[in-house]
Amino acid sequence: MFTNIGEFLPFILEGLSTTVQAFLFGAALAYSIAIVAGLARTANLAIVRVVATIFVELFRGTSLLVQMFFFAFVFPSLAPFTISTFLAGGLALGFNYGAYASEVVRGAVLSVPEGQKEAAVSLNMSKFQRMRLVILPQAFRIMLPGIGNNSIELLKGTSLVYFISLADMTYRADILRGANTALSSQVEIYTYLLFTYFVIALPLVLLTRWLEKQASKGVSTA
Amino acid sequence: MTWDWEFAFEIFPDILNAIGVTIGATVAAYFISLTLGLVLTLLRRSSFKPLSLFVAGVIEFIRMTPPLVQLFFVYFAFDMSPFLTGAIVLGVHYATYVSEVYRSGIESVPASQWEASKALNFSTAHTWQKVILPQAIPPVIPMLGNYLIVLFKETPLLSGIYVLEMLAVAQMIGSDTYRFLEPVTIVGFLFLVLSYPSALFIRYLEKRSGQMPGSSEKGVKT
Repeated sequence: MFTNIGEFLPFILEGLSTTVQAFLFGAALAYSIAIVAGLARTANLAIVRVVATIFVELFRGTSLLVQMFFFAFVFPSLAPFTISTFLAGGLALGFNYGAYASEVVRGAVLSVPEGQKEAAVSLNMSKFQRMRLVILPQAFRIMLPGIGNNSIELLKGTSLVYFISLADMTYRADILRGANTALSSQVEIYTYLLFTYFVIALPLVLLTRWLEKQASKGVSTA
Repeated sequence: MTWDWEFAFEIFPDILNAIGVTIGATVAAYFISLTLGLVLTLLRRSSFKPLSLFVAGVIEFIRMTPPLVQLFFVYFAFDMSPFLTGAIVLGVHYATYVSEVYRSGIESVPASQWEASKALNFSTAHTWQKVILPQAIPPVIPMLGNYLIVLFKETPLLSGIYVLEMLAVAQMIGSDTYRFLEPVTIVGFLFLVLSYPSALFIRYLEKRSGQMPGSSEKGVKT
């Protein structure tokens, strides 16, 4: 057992760049969507709130894998243009986790004390200044733990691109499993895969904890 | 490709038939996560340090690796039916999340409750059973309800190990007929119809639980 590490691990790691790219693309899209949708849900204009709410509930109410199938298999037959598998996977990841993260943004913005907003108004700040200089910097600190957890979930979610035949680490492991049918080899392959995901997630966890500490510096807590 | 109502009506019963498998897997996994989650919480609080550290490590590892990879690992390492494998893996994965919920509930019980039990000469087991858990569990029930919906939306993963739940059936129809639009949309629709009202109900419970006597918001005055 565990004697084929020199052969198996490099083969799995060839999918690493796909996993990382899917994660980065998904995260960039997710957090852009999260900020837009999160702020839109606190907007004064009802139509903006309603559109954002429908978007968020649609992506939170269905399943990530179903959404991935939709982008990969349904979307190409509806749209007049084709999208790559990578784009399909990335869009599903970004939309799904963006919808979840928008709740984190919304919650954080709402948790900034009303007095802060009033103080900014009394200083004659414009709406945009208020958001940029007073509300968001404080909300950001509250968001960090949620955003960190969401990022770990997103990283785990990238393994689903296996289903749409994107050659990520999980997909590479599956190919390897097909070629090595002995039980011990299969256990070995998936053990390496599990630990690789763990090793990638670890810096993410540590970074989140460090950021939380940094962000709470100089802030008095009850 | 345009939506074909005739085709949609033809395949709808097939997909609806699979809803039993989806719900069965959800309920089985949920039962495992609720019970195992409690066991993990209690073990983690053990005063025997090596045990509590070991359990904390296992929880972190499970939380930081993708459930899909865990599913493959168990499926290929143990000779169990796909359904049982799926229920166990999802159950164990979310037990680590559920255990955090229990922990937050237990930590919200004031330390004086322990002292009072000691003064009454209760044993540790007796204190847990009669004093701590009855106060720790009810306030976190809405949060536990959330994980029922999360589990429900994770079940399409099981199509990866050939459990014939809704998405697996949709995919089979899709590869037979080259039409993914209707089957995948129907699956998404069914997920939305079942999960969204449940989510609303849980949000309502959450709001109400804030007003229950004994909850942290009201009732307990120091």
